Amino acid sequence: MKWRHKGLIDLDEWNREELDIFLQQADYMEELLGRPIKKVPALRGKMIVNFFYEPSTRTKVSFELAEKMLSADVVNWSASGSSVSKGETMKDTAWTLEAMGADAVVIRHGAVGAADYLSKKLTRASVFNAGDGTHRHPTQALLDLHSAWKKLGKLDGKKVAIVGDVLHSRVARSGIKAFSKMGASVTVSGPETLMPKDIQSLGASFVSDTKKAIEEADILYLLRIQGERQEEGLIPSLDEYHLRYGATPELVKEGKVLIMHPGPINRRVEIASEVADGDNSLILDQVKSGVAVRMALLYLCLGGVRA
Amino acid sequence: MAKIEKTEKTVVMTEGDMDRVLRRIAIEIIERNKGLEGIILLGIQRRGVFLASRLRKLFIEIENVKVPAGELDITLYRDDIPTLLEQPVVHSTSIPEDIAGKKLILVDDVLYTGRTIRAALDAMMDLGRPDNVQLVILVDRGHRELPIQADYFGKVVPTSSSEMVEVRVNEIDGEDRVLITEEVKEGLA
Repeated sequence: MKWRHKGLIDLDEWNREELDIFLQQADYMEELLGRPIKKVPALRGKMIVNFFYEPSTRTKVSFELAEKMLSADVVNWSASGSSVSKGETMKDTAWTLEAMGADAVVIRHGAVGAADYLSKKLTRASVFNAGDGTHRHPTQALLDLHSAWKKLGKLDGKKVAIVGDVLHSRVARSGIKAFSKMGASVTVSGPETLMPKDIQSLGASFVSDTKKAIEEADILYLLRIQGERQEEGLIPSLDEYHLRYGATPELVKEGKVLIMHPGPINRRVEIASEVADGDNSLILDQVKSGVAVRMALLYLCLGGVRA
Repeated sequence: MAKIEKTEKTVVMTEGDMDRVLRRIAIEIIERNKGLEGIILLGIQRRGVFLASRLRKLFIEIENVKVPAGELDITLYRDDIPTLLEQPVVHSTSIPEDIAGKKLILVDDVLYTGRTIRAALDAMMDLGRPDNVQLVILVDRGHRELPIQADYFGKVVPTSSSEMVEVRVNEIDGEDRVLITEEVKEGLA
């Protein structure tokens, strides 16, 4: 096999066959997490810079764990307290990183297209998109696919309902594409104020009746509601949101639908505690997949030789 | 990349040869270890896994003992990745039980440079501390780059480095046979 990608900006670049290979590879990586010594020398000597312009906990930590488990050298660079806060442009920062010998840059940025821009400025180093604005979050989509695939065996013909703030969500945008590519059908639901106008072009259909969307789904994917959406007047109140769109035990029938959430969860807003902690919740499986998936990604893109 | 064409040059082992060799190796393992107490079989992905499972069957047949068997993937421990043409793909690793204090029988199909075994030993040391490790090889083709030798081997086959030794097993190749093949470069006959 030949892996043709040296980094990951958007999953649009991947085909179905590559996703299938990838999910299997991630599975083998997950086995490493259970070993007494969770470290292999596969990326020894590679320098990876984690470049986070925006706060992030699980994405940053799981990238860092994945890098360390593959024995790469890890440098963390955040916007605050670095040359970025002195007004350095991203282009100059990128060139500085490359001049220092970085083999790969993992970037999280608030601006749409930041990772793509960076990859065009770097001549040698690989770029991994850890989230760009409201645009894409491809590694989140990969870990979502992996936990769902592991649980269900295959995703062809499955129904995924994504509920919540789709408008501001890069997780939803990447997720819709990824699940569709694996043969699942995706519906979105939630307040109309939080639905993007271009929802059809993403490949999902809007169902206004959230209850109905959940009833028909094999997977219920909940999105995080940020408190500021209330201040912006997009939702009436967090309590009302919970009653109308939240995953409550009344709405989510025991044992029927799998629950997913990118985290961090807002208990009693988009999800009730009983549902988040219930038997059908994949939320912690997603976290576990997060490390394995990023290991597989880094290994496939940085291991071996690029012809 | 040009397509690699291969010609079959010599059959080194037939199905019958392979069976007899594995049977002899099984008996040698039992003899040297005075039985099968504390033995764990570990096949190296991919063909070593099938050879290990055959040894396991032979142990049952000869001694009526079921030895724990597992599989080991060493892709992530290799040091020769940059010289490979293809992207290395990781296969599964499963260790049947704690290897600490056990006698580990490592099984692979071909012994060549010794780098695979070096990687396997590194992988194993990370998984635990066995009492000792013994190496089973079906074909030793020479050209060692590291000081590594097999404890049990089927056959020593002198080769040139342009030749390849191909071990085929029924489980994935549809036949039991060992061949020497040689690459035919495009444009050369």
